[in-house]
Amino acid sequence: MNQGKEKLAKIIFLIAACTSVAAVIVICVFLFSEGLPAIAQIGVKDFLLGMTWRPGNNIFGIFPMIIGSLMVTATALVIGVPIGILCAVYLAFYCPKTIYTPVKAMTELMAGIPSVVYGFFGLVVMVPLIREHLGGQGYSVLAAGLLLGIMILPTIIGVSEAAMAAVPKKYAEGALALGATKERSLFFAALPAAKSGILAGVVLGIGRALGETMAVVMVAGNQPTIPDGLLDGVRTLTSNIILEMGYATDLHREALIATGVVLFIFILIINFVFSILKERGNHEK
Amino acid sequence: MKSKRDPLSTFLLTVVHAAAAIAIFIVVAIVIYVVVNGVPNLSPELFSFTYNSDNQSMFPSLINTLLMVALALVMAGPIGILAAIFLVEYAASGSKLVRVIRLTTETLSGIPSIIFGLFGRICFVVVLGMGLSLISGACTVALMILPLVIRTTEEALISVPKSYREGSYGLGAGKLRTVFRIVLPSALPGIFAGVILAVGRIVGETAAIIYTAGSIAEIPSSIFDSTRTLAVHMYVLSNEGLYIDKTYATAFILLLLVLALNALSTFVAKKLTKGAGEK
Repeated sequence: MNQGKEKLAKIIFLIAACTSVAAVIVICVFLFSEGLPAIAQIGVKDFLLGMTWRPGNNIFGIFPMIIGSLMVTATALVIGVPIGILCAVYLAFYCPKTIYTPVKAMTELMAGIPSVVYGFFGLVVMVPLIREHLGGQGYSVLAAGLLLGIMILPTIIGVSEAAMAAVPKKYAEGALALGATKERSLFFAALPAAKSGILAGVVLGIGRALGETMAVVMVAGNQPTIPDGLLDGVRTLTSNIILEMGYATDLHREALIATGVVLFIFILIINFVFSILKERGNHEK
Repeated sequence: MKSKRDPLSTFLLTVVHAAAAIAIFIVVAIVIYVVVNGVPNLSPELFSFTYNSDNQSMFPSLINTLLMVALALVMAGPIGILAAIFLVEYAASGSKLVRVIRLTTETLSGIPSIIFGLFGRICFVVVLGMGLSLISGACTVALMILPLVIRTTEEALISVPKSYREGSYGLGAGKLRTVFRIVLPSALPGIFAGVILAVGRIVGETAAIIYTAGSIAEIPSSIFDSTRTLAVHMYVLSNEGLYIDKTYATAFILLLLVLALNALSTFVAKKLTKGAGEK
């Protein structure tokens, strides 16, 4: 009888564990089954490479949004990657023990701030600053990129610091013993050993930036055209969905879901690259 | 100092410290900005029971947020904890099934909230016919926090020393009894810390909720009513652009809530490590 109870419990645990498998499958099935027919109806080329998004006339081209997402993400990386990696170096190798806990807590606090709050901060502080000092409307690729650059910091710092901390001390010590300065030892002996982990952090950051919605929609201006420069307004894949989902019907609604499918595929590729990099990082140790 | 003689080293040393200073400056600036602009705009009317066009009270949204959190936890909590028990206590670590579960859990945690929102909109709101409602929103965010609950519970279970389990087996307890009487109680603070972190995620979430739970700023009479959580409330206010002072106040309350939850989570997790040290 006891055996039966043990077996039953194990099955219940197993079912619970399979929920996440089921969830991923169901999410894929629902998104693809609603999105792919719309892409077929619009035409793959017209949808992915179409330059015009005019739902009123049944013209659904998301090329400007794809470019928009990429531009905003690239801007975010230019800001977030150097600051994030250098910050991780500080935390892993330079930070005095006494202030480590508060500094670390602050980077974690950054991850906790809700995206609407980031978006609002961008809206009332960054957008006016850009408008006054650099020109344009303020709602721009630059505003969204800056904001996302800040938002991906905790991700990049967290993952790359862990990778750096896992590098054996002897790497840097060896370089030090050969007469290199502390900085040279760290940057040219220790960091290269952590490169897979650091890269994994950057890739995860790309995923965060591509998928962020609320903060971007509040500061990006959202014109569905390819921006001419950093100060031009931009619409990303994510903001396209959030802006119009509320009132869209029929093919328009399906086209928005298809936009989600394109974003989802981007994210799946990024997740895949991330897990490969993480795996490789684990092997290097 | 060697670094004085080597310009590259001096440069590297400077940029490392500069980067850390910039990051800290940004966090502090955002928090101070929200506090300085939010606190003076707090007023008793913002906490009145009803929302109307004269008084955009955040109180109903606050209550809705609590309801949303409670409902989502009721769903994701047990499933996540049981799943973690399977992964840590039962599954053979190298098995294919475990690898698939790990992979999908990781995939789930990497999916952006807007995709969850889209999925919730299609699945819960339309196909399952639950409409724009508290329950649709709660189902959506429950899926979203599931990987977080699984991962933190797993870590908490792993940190329970093997000797506890062996002791229990040695006394003749079965596996199930060992898990529920010995392992789970010891891992409780860690699990709790993870759950609090998940609560913080829900409180700050907008994109997954706005098109699944809707944005009616009233306390719902049933779980099938549309609701507006605090983060959605803040987005709507900011979008309307008419009540900037109230938006500041809402931003402050939202930030305060999320930061308090994060601090509580860290505090509970610290308790765990302290407790483990004593034993």
